[in-house]
Amino acid sequence: MKSRRPFFRRQKSCPFSGVDAPTIDYKDVKLLQRFVSERGKIVPRRITAVSSKKQRELAQAIKRARNLALMPYVVD
Amino acid sequence: MAYYESVFITRPDITTVQVEALSDSFKAIIAENGGSATKDEYWGLRSLSYKVKKNRKGHYVMLNLDAPAGAVKELERNMRINEDVIRFMTIRVDSLDAEPSVMMRNKNARDEKNKRDNFKQEHYSDFNRTSSAQQDQGESQ
Repeated sequence: MKSRRPFFRRQKSCPFSGVDAPTIDYKDVKLLQRFVSERGKIVPRRITAVSSKKQRELAQAIKRARNLALMPYVVD
Repeated sequence: MAYYESVFITRPDITTVQVEALSDSFKAIIAENGGSATKDEYWGLRSLSYKVKKNRKGHYVMLNLDAPAGAVKELERNMRINEDVIRFMTIRVDSLDAEPSVMMRNKNARDEKNKRDNFKQEHYSDFNRTSSAQQDQGESQ
C-alpha cells in the first residue's frame, strides 16, 4: 500500500484565467480588496494562486487604486 | 491618436455644478489641442482611503480621452495649477469601453437598493398597521 504524502495540497487554479474570469481593473476596488491583507499589503501569489502574469497586472492595478486613494497604502 | 483614462479628484467643499464646470473646462482643453473626450463619469463624493492635502473626501471624475500626447500634457499642466484638483492620474489604455465603468455600476446598484429599501419601508409600515388592526379585531372578538 502506498503511503500518502503528509502535505498534499490540491492544485488551485488562477482566479483570473478561465472563461468567465473577471478583468483586472484599478477601478474595481471590490475585486482588488480580495487580494490585499487586512493591513493593506498585496497578498503573495503562493497564497492566492494567481498566475505570475496576472499577479503583475494585479499589483499594478492595486498600486493605481492606492494612488487615487481608492485603497489604503497602510491600515493601522 | 492614443487612448487615455484620466481620473481627477477635487476638493469636497465645491459644488457638483462647479465640478461639472471643471470637467467641461478640461474637456475644452483637450478639444483645443486636437483631441476629444469620449466619455465623462462623475463617481460622486467619495471618502478617501487616506488624507490627501488635508481632505478626507473628494469628488471623483473620470474622463475617457482620445487625444495626442501634447493634449494630455497640457491637461495635466492645468490640473497641477488648479487648486480645486487635489489628485489626478492619467493612464494610457489599449481601448476605451463605452459602457459605464464598475464605479458607475456599483453606484447605480446602490441607488437602486436605497430606492428598494425606501419602498420596503413604506410597505412595511403599512403592513404593520394592517396587521395591528387585525390584532385589534381579534381582541375585540
